[in-house]
Amino acid sequence: MDTIFTRGPSLNNRLALALVLSVLLIFVDHKLEGFKSTRVYLNSFMSPIQYLANLPGVILSESAQRLASKERLLEENQTMSNQLLLMSQKLQQFDVLAKENEQLRLLLDAPVRKESRKMVAELMAVDKNPYSQQVLINKGAIDGVYLSQPVIDDSGIVGQIMEVGSTNSRVLLLADVTHAIPVRSLRNDIRFIATGSGSLNELYVEHVPHSVDIQEGDVLISSGLGSVFPEGYPVARVKQVVRDESRPFSRVIVTPTASLDRLRHLLLLWHESDESQDSKTQDPKTLAPKTLNPKTLDDATEEQAPEDKDSKDIDQEESENA
Amino acid sequence: MRKRNLIIWGSIIIALVLQIVPLPIQADVYRPDWVLVVLAYWSMALPSRVNVGVAFITGVAMDILVGTTLGIHSLGLSVSIYILAANYQRLRNYSVWQQAIIIGLLSSLYHLVTFWVQHILTDIYFQIDYLWPVIASMVIWPWVFWLLRRTRRQFSIM
Repeated sequence: MDTIFTRGPSLNNRLALALVLSVLLIFVDHKLEGFKSTRVYLNSFMSPIQYLANLPGVILSESAQRLASKERLLEENQTMSNQLLLMSQKLQQFDVLAKENEQLRLLLDAPVRKESRKMVAELMAVDKNPYSQQVLINKGAIDGVYLSQPVIDDSGIVGQIMEVGSTNSRVLLLADVTHAIPVRSLRNDIRFIATGSGSLNELYVEHVPHSVDIQEGDVLISSGLGSVFPEGYPVARVKQVVRDESRPFSRVIVTPTASLDRLRHLLLLWHESDESQDSKTQDPKTLAPKTLNPKTLDDATEEQAPEDKDSKDIDQEESENA
Repeated sequence: MRKRNLIIWGSIIIALVLQIVPLPIQADVYRPDWVLVVLAYWSMALPSRVNVGVAFITGVAMDILVGTTLGIHSLGLSVSIYILAANYQRLRNYSVWQQAIIIGLLSSLYHLVTFWVQHILTDIYFQIDYLWPVIASMVIWPWVFWLLRRTRRQFSIM
């Protein structure tokens, strides 16, 4: 039985302490980002629970694989080999095109794009927080995963790494409300920013004036601005353009090309090696186009009023990346 | 003494696992607040052992697991468990079904607090779907109550 002497602080004091601590934690974590470095350890500390929670799913899919019938396996094998044939046929052309592109770029004195390191990761769990769209993958700091690393799947960009643990990490999906990605239209190279809507199969393209040429069915690819995402990967397809003249901008709804609700295997991309990035920033020749950039942005402001905000977003992403 | 802590923390860890275990999308909306329900039982049964402090620590663990800003779930859980621990003598005398209603109210308070804090931090909007767990928690309360009371009596935890 408890005597009055063993009780410690009263309930009210405990609540006050808990409230103050919570608010302090929220402030330090959200505004000051003070837990960025310690999150790795916190995540690794809690990861046994995550593995435990993932266990039923793993057992289920294992047993499903074991129980798969022979016919189904044969059928799957057939479709796979068909797909392989088609892919390798495409790849033959691609090799020639890549070489040609490299030569042309050399002729133009433009930097040749290098093959970057890749790694396949598997989905561990989808997040339970209804207010944000995140998934957990089974690669972490041990495998060299780093913050704001781009993540793609077989059909397009999925998102970026948001938190790194030692053996697993968290991916912020494109569809999260706090996420934005610089894109450009494949048809006419107009730059946009696609922000998440909070629901998995919709993104919004914001601040699009009514005069801009964007149509339903347009494919948006990553523009490489902001240097978080590599250039040229498909991001989304335009689903609906609502040009309501009473509003300052038209409302553009796009669907991500990657089916974010059916992720299973993901691909982590590495930026080109750090040395080449360093030399890039030092080399005045390659710096020149960068300094030109603001000017072109200024020119664009005449037709695209909100460019300022966009470029600010990109800068922010850039600084986050650094 | 050690056995008691083991049982209490063991049940909380099981609740945390149940809270994040992957479910099909259709069922995911109806996931009850396992952590809140288990904490509610312990704080009603042993209010001098499990109260705001345990709720706060569990909340931080939950924030790490769910990937929210640290402090959000600890705030919600602390407030809900405070209300429970402050009124445990009255609530113990209620029938299980009346307690289920109280759990529902607490659960909706918990969801609203976490929603409000996140609404201030990022611009998210309220959907009525977010309140399905309230009903699920009310439904599971009698069973959790029964199970935990059995384990508590089995191991004679005071």
